[in-house]
Amino acid sequence: MMFVPGNNPGMMADAHIYGPDSIMLDLEDSVTMAEKDAARLLVYNALKTIDYGDTEMVVRINPLSTPYGKKDVEAVVKAGVDVIRMPKTETADEVRELEAEIIKVETELGCVGRTRIMAAIESALGIVNAFEIASASKRMMGIALGAEDYSASLKTQRTPGGAELLLARETIVVAARAAGISCFDTVYSNLDDMETFRKEVELIRDLGFDGKSIINPRQIEVVNEVFTPSPKAIEKSLRIVAAIKEAQAKGSGVVSLNGKMVDRPVVIRAERTIAYAIASGVLKEEDAL
Amino acid sequence: MRNSKVVTLEEAIRRSGLKDGMTISFHHHFRGGDKVVNLVVDKLAQMGFKDLKLAASSLSDVHAPLIEHIKSGVITGISTSGLRGELASAISHGLMKEPVVFRSHGGRGSAIASGELHIDVAFLGASSCDELGNASGCPRSENAKSICGSLGYALPDAQYADHVVVLTDDLVAYPNVPMSIKASQVESVVVVESVGDSSKISSGAIRDSKNPRDILLAKQAAKVILASGYFKDGFSIQTGTGGASLAVVKYLRESMIEQGIKASFALGGITAHMVKLHEEGLIGKLIDVQSFDKVAAESIANDQNHQEVSSIDYASADHLGSAVHALDIVILSALEVDTDFNVNVLVGSDGIIRGAIGGHPDTAEDSALSIIVCPLLRGRIPCVVPKVTTLITPGKGVDVVVTEYGIAVNPSRPELAKALAEAGLHVVDIKALAAKASSIIGQPDPLPFGDRVVGVVMDRHGKQLDTIHIIQE
Repeated sequence: MMFVPGNNPGMMADAHIYGPDSIMLDLEDSVTMAEKDAARLLVYNALKTIDYGDTEMVVRINPLSTPYGKKDVEAVVKAGVDVIRMPKTETADEVRELEAEIIKVETELGCVGRTRIMAAIESALGIVNAFEIASASKRMMGIALGAEDYSASLKTQRTPGGAELLLARETIVVAARAAGISCFDTVYSNLDDMETFRKEVELIRDLGFDGKSIINPRQIEVVNEVFTPSPKAIEKSLRIVAAIKEAQAKGSGVVSLNGKMVDRPVVIRAERTIAYAIASGVLKEEDAL
Repeated sequence: MRNSKVVTLEEAIRRSGLKDGMTISFHHHFRGGDKVVNLVVDKLAQMGFKDLKLAASSLSDVHAPLIEHIKSGVITGISTSGLRGELASAISHGLMKEPVVFRSHGGRGSAIASGELHIDVAFLGASSCDELGNASGCPRSENAKSICGSLGYALPDAQYADHVVVLTDDLVAYPNVPMSIKASQVESVVVVESVGDSSKISSGAIRDSKNPRDILLAKQAAKVILASGYFKDGFSIQTGTGGASLAVVKYLRESMIEQGIKASFALGGITAHMVKLHEEGLIGKLIDVQSFDKVAAESIANDQNHQEVSSIDYASADHLGSAVHALDIVILSALEVDTDFNVNVLVGSDGIIRGAIGGHPDTAEDSALSIIVCPLLRGRIPCVVPKVTTLITPGKGVDVVVTEYGIAVNPSRPELAKALAEAGLHVVDIKALAAKASSIIGQPDPLPFGDRVVGVVMDRHGKQLDTIHIIQE
């Protein structure tokens, strides 16, 4: 998910050419108070006029407690955004409040249920309430970590190894999985240190995250490389799924591959590997059948 | 020393026999730091000359003082590869009665050799020169301060001008060898305080573009080369100096190492990137018409396999020895490309001259594979358009256009389109790219051109290709 400032028309116009899975147009922290209205108008028009193709479009709105939040919701729902990202989420009630605002606009438009919600968790309280937040609405599609505010709320700071984020990261993955939604890690803002960035992406992949938030197109390649399964892993997964299909065709409940029994978690993991391989373009969909 | 040719500038001009109405010439190896053109033309104005024709290999921002000399009638004609800045804008707005004649580097070389562009007196800046006129762009003493490396664009002037004056800020002991301009070609040597501002002549080390769009375009262009069929051992290559062009070399380097492929030579404007590949053994030889940075200038001074070439031997269409005839791949940029693959690198989309032809048409036409790397949009300006503002490089010489929205292949190269598509590249119709640009930007208003012609574009074969009209506010 690539963050793009909502007050920068040039960046908004060609953000999708770099091939991020989703683009988050930001109305919150990257836009100064004086530019909130102008940015909202720009983001509305960008969503209405620019052909972003298959890219999932997310807008980070201002908190509903500010004078801008509700206007942001109205504008972006009317513009047909896929996902609204709510910043600094601390309770499930906040999610439900946002949902009510969305429903108001969607009812007016006659498209109730279209807009999904992602909640950014950026404080100790938010982490404590992570599962309630993740399961607060059927519209919830994911939760994400906002590390700067979170570390500040812990009264600590960001470190290269990220020890201060470990509990938050694990909590977010567990809460998302328990609620059956996706989870996304925080941004890494030193663009000149691609090595540490790569290590961080490897870490969050291993923790179970579905993706990483990024702030520059140059980071896309690293994320894709880390999340793209190796040819060996793809081949193994294809064999597992083929064995399962063969067994099912024979009516057999037990599957073995190379003399080893293949149980359910192995199959799920294999299917996930194949899905990633297709998404990252190294495996054609027809070859996975 | 005996027979020294060192005189003052005024004396050199007097000796040259220069008269009103004659043609004087300059090179642009000192780029944005050049002091020679302004110094000489100021002196000519002071001495009372009028109606002179200025034949430069190129002119840039630093030559804005020429505006006053044009207004006062000292300079009444210009031929050049390019114009930028205030001078370019003033000319676009009708400063000169006589249109400026634009030629490519190869085209200028040919025109000088054939006599079509006759030079009466050439004023050629040099980084080092001895008292008899052996001159070089390389440093030959500790006092060297304006180093430019190759003097490739000055060599036709030195060879064909009736009278040659070398200006230098580093007079060195005879013989200044190896020399680029020979004493036998030179009538006078003038020692000046400075021929150029070294900080503006060339930048220091390699600078990699961090612009994500340049990187995207460069990666795509590198993939085009890999899939084109021309990427094989012994290939040859030329690139421009824009961020994207430079980055292509970086990505190509990785594939060259991986696949064990080496280039026989790199041609044209030589940069630190090319020198690095050469020193790593990935490029056999460097054929250098212009050394673009300090690293390249140092390399040409010290490396026998890094050789200077004159603009004639580099890019002339009708010269059998031109290096471009042997060139496999060229990566070029563009201000505009149209749906017939024609390219404009000279006139901005506001109708004002803001660039240089350089070797664009020469290399595009003669190379086996020419790739234009060009964003679809620059801000609100579309770069793939239905028709270019000014025709510089005819589309028949352009094979591939790489944009961030897809890669267009000239319909005259169906086999190339097939190879790129098979390699998984996003090949699109160029008309679809123009339509995409128009769908984002809308239709720009037509430019307010007037009837008067302010510029004439010559093709590299000496025929008129297009005209540039006055722009009205």
